[in-house]
Amino acid sequence: MSANEKPKFAMYWAAACGGCEIAVLNIGEKILDVDANFDVVFWPVAMDAKYKDVEAMPDGYITLTLFNGGIRNKENAEMARLLRRKSKILVSFGSCASEGCIPGLANLSSRQEILDTAYGTLTTDNPDNIRPQYSYAAPEGELHIPEFLPFVQTLDQIVPVDYYIPGCPPESHQIGAVVDLVIQALQGKAQLPPPGSVIGAGGSTVCDDCPRKRHEKKIKEFVRIQQIKPDPDLCLLEQGVPCNGPATRNGCGALCPQAGAQCIGCYGPAEGVTDYGARLITAFASVIDADDPQEIERILDGLPDPVGQFYRFNLAASLLRAAKPAFTGK
Amino acid sequence: MSDTFEPVIIGFTCNWCSYRAADLAGTARVKYPPNVRLIRLMCSGRLDPTFVLHALANGADAVMITGCHPGECHYIEQNYKALRRFLLLRRTLAGMGIEPQRVQLVWASAAEGARLAEEIARIVEEVRALGPLHWPTSTDLYGKPFSEEEAFSVTKETSAPAEVNA
Amino acid sequence: MERITIDPITRLEGHGKIEIFLNEEGEVANTYFQIPELRGFERFCVGRPVEEMPLLTNRICGVCPEAHHMAAAKAIDAVYHVTPPRPAKLLRELLYSGFYFTDHTTHFYALGGPDFVMGPDAPVAERNILGVIHKVGLEIGGKVIQARKYGHTIVEIIGGRKVHPCTSIPGGLTKGINEEQRKQIEEMGLWAIEFAQFSLKLFNDIVLGNQAYVDLILGDAYTHRTYYIGTVDDNNRVNFYDGLVSVVAPDGTRIGKYGPGDYTDWIAERVEPWTYLKFPYLKKVGWKGFVDGQDSGVYCATPLSRLNAADGMATPRAQEEYEKFYSTLGGKPVHQRLATHWARLIELLYAAERIVELATDPEITSDNIHTIPTETPTEGVGIVEAPRGTLTHHYWTDERGVVTRANLIVGTTNNHAPISMSINKAARSLIHKGVVVNEGLLNMVEMAFRAYDPCFGCATHSLPGQMPLQVTIRDARGEPIQVLRQHC
Ligand code: SF4
Ligand code: SF4
Ligand code: SF4
Ligand code: FES
Repeated sequence: MSANEKPKFAMYWAAACGGCEIAVLNIGEKILDVDANFDVVFWPVAMDAKYKDVEAMPDGYITLTLFNGGIRNKENAEMARLLRRKSKILVSFGSCASEGCIPGLANLSSRQEILDTAYGTLTTDNPDNIRPQYSYAAPEGELHIPEFLPFVQTLDQIVPVDYYIPGCPPESHQIGAVVDLVIQALQGKAQLPPPGSVIGAGGSTVCDDCPRKRHEKKIKEFVRIQQIKPDPDLCLLEQGVPCNGPATRNGCGALCPQAGAQCIGCYGPAEGVTDYGARLITAFASVIDADDPQEIERILDGLPDPVGQFYRFNLAASLLRAAKPAFTGK
Repeated sequence: MSDTFEPVIIGFTCNWCSYRAADLAGTARVKYPPNVRLIRLMCSGRLDPTFVLHALANGADAVMITGCHPGECHYIEQNYKALRRFLLLRRTLAGMGIEPQRVQLVWASAAEGARLAEEIARIVEEVRALGPLHWPTSTDLYGKPFSEEEAFSVTKETSAPAEVNA
Repeated sequence: MERITIDPITRLEGHGKIEIFLNEEGEVANTYFQIPELRGFERFCVGRPVEEMPLLTNRICGVCPEAHHMAAAKAIDAVYHVTPPRPAKLLRELLYSGFYFTDHTTHFYALGGPDFVMGPDAPVAERNILGVIHKVGLEIGGKVIQARKYGHTIVEIIGGRKVHPCTSIPGGLTKGINEEQRKQIEEMGLWAIEFAQFSLKLFNDIVLGNQAYVDLILGDAYTHRTYYIGTVDDNNRVNFYDGLVSVVAPDGTRIGKYGPGDYTDWIAERVEPWTYLKFPYLKKVGWKGFVDGQDSGVYCATPLSRLNAADGMATPRAQEEYEKFYSTLGGKPVHQRLATHWARLIELLYAAERIVELATDPEITSDNIHTIPTETPTEGVGIVEAPRGTLTHHYWTDERGVVTRANLIVGTTNNHAPISMSINKAARSLIHKGVVVNEGLLNMVEMAFRAYDPCFGCATHSLPGQMPLQVTIRDARGEPIQVLRQHC
């Protein structure tokens, strides 16, 4: 790259909700730094560059690509491969790309179940039990829609990824910090962390940032948040509310527990955690105040949805990745 | 198929009791099925649920966890911790479609070689009846069960250079 | 006609796709508007504790997570048969008004407005927010940024987070606000009223002051005589958070009003095999295909629809504008889709006025924000007005409050059929034998689209009005002759 040419920036959404893009737009005046330091070559939300323009770029042409959204259909997977080829640094941006996020809970069901549900809801008028066809012969000609894959995958299950920015969505101040870091690195004033690192977040857990007081208190029952008026100053988990803080990476500043709500885990696994759910199982098990199997089971009845609780954002990236129905199709 | 199927079971055993029980079973020539591969932990309390998930994700048909009887743990009450984790893990796995027989907890003292052998035999038969777990591993995750060969062929291209040309 | 082949790979980028088929005579035979994605929330909400619905379903759309959060919140109140204390309702509506303020501002200045402010013929490169700022001045640009920020701040203060709020639970909220926060919100609200009035004036000067624009708005190209729905309060005034859904026929008569419990009597959704997105229609009228008129159940749910379905606005300044709106455009209902932009600004003013009303309610800082539910959870429906249309969440649970079934009819989906019709109309009016199809088609389609402020984040994932759009024109043999594409 010649000295006077700016580095290239791209951002793309796959199966995403748009919140990640909103979070980037919310970084305020820092967006001007992006504009000043980069040539934005591909960013569907903000500018009009076409897919074929990306195709035409030499491999490795884009310096930095922020990829958000999970891999839900064939089109998403193909875009992931294309942008990997064209990008020097590919960042898995947000929970969907990095761990499947809420849409990854689809991995608890088979593709058939998902389609049957969506096209058979109470208000759906579908007497012929129609399902969308990947290829459909309309009277006037053939129509195509991309194939719905059997389960949600993360970006790094499709292509190698250089960095991860966690969060659903990543908090804007964290995105701003990453933008600063990359700009500094481009100017030779800072070093980028080793590839594979998580950036734009902390190195410990949400609990570490949470102002609620923790004691070594154990619980005799789990409670649902609507069932109590929790003490605003005490740890929610110690009041029986299933809070995912102990296994979740810090970086948001413990927003939810400060707003009176439990952490639901959107920043993904804390540093060094192999399987998010396994870590939470350990954490939850350790607050249960019972030794007798029956008593323990009774307490566990207070957690009506363990798999959803422990893998709410992380199922697609977990060791098991999906439940049996997603794999077997049944 | 089921009469030729030999389940692979990973056994996480406590050093102080069940591992010795298994040892004892061996030296006393008590026969137990060879399906269990034992991994020795210092205590059942060392059992991280991650180990179980690793085993299941990588080809094990079942996991057996063993520890000292309640009240007899060498580290006082670590086996209660193991019990709580186990019960919670089992509920979680149920949500993933994994049958409860595939993850079992057995208490056995160092002297209970014969009983441990019986328990192992029981678990093997239960798992044999269930059939292989065959959790899709990273190699066939993208292959066989689906027709989307192309969509699922992982092109793990060599990792891209991370250095930046200023 | 010459055939232009574009590598089919371009299809990959389109999250919205239009196929136009021509007949032997070179005239438009049919058009198809396809949405290529599905995520399946209705399936994977099943098995989850119902109190998580406001947290899970807001991930349907990061552009309007507040709408899903609120519809879900109301549905879970209903599931538990619990009524939140008044302060909690006020706070939720306050959050929601802050959200509307941000969202409508974004749409007018960044997405829809540029067509008017810059003019529909302006070069594409200038028809964007930067172009607008350039034309109206940097000071106004700063105000727009400020407006978005204020709205988000209100959401954050009450909802705990900027995107994907987290504080609504069955029976109320997990946190209230203190006097300092109240004051801050009130001040932002007062500023918001001024900003909204300023925006209306801008629209007045630039658009209504220009006969060409007025003709464009009133022209037939963007007119569809459909049904309209929108939520109204007890006095039939527009309300975003609560009330009954009013249904108005193309001739302006109100054919009924329904509450959350009755939505299935009114709304049904049709499935087509060539798109993932369903087509809602009025069940009482019936599905007659992609046509407008009194006999067709196609309806619209947009700012324009809400105004058409109501008798007025609940705040004084917005009411004045409402009256002006209908007297200028020749009475109710207004069928011209481009008038939606004006309607949106009236709603912007209403949202701003409502912020102040709510922030000055003596009960707003009360800590009585949660009623602990005591009844056994069963089934419940929650309806709010999302900026892009009436949003309905319906959950069934077992006696533990675990979801056993879910039904979601999301904002943009309401308008799926009318959007398809607008595309069809644009295509038919532009493509004729011997006429070279150019970017003009896209511009026209684009403007038709923008009026609806479509957010296929709800259905799929694109940002409002910025759906990457691809149009493929095919000849009578179904062969592609031309592919036009644009992020509109
Ligand atoms: S990570 Fe969260 S905010 Fe980002 S696209 Fe996914 S659901 Fe939306
Ligand atoms: S468990 Fe939740 S409430 Fe408790 S300290 Fe951790 S984050 Fe805070
Ligand atoms: S507290 Fe937890 S759920 Fe809330 S923003 Fe932080 S990481 Fe996400
Ligand atoms: S030492 Fe055997 S279980 Fe703890």
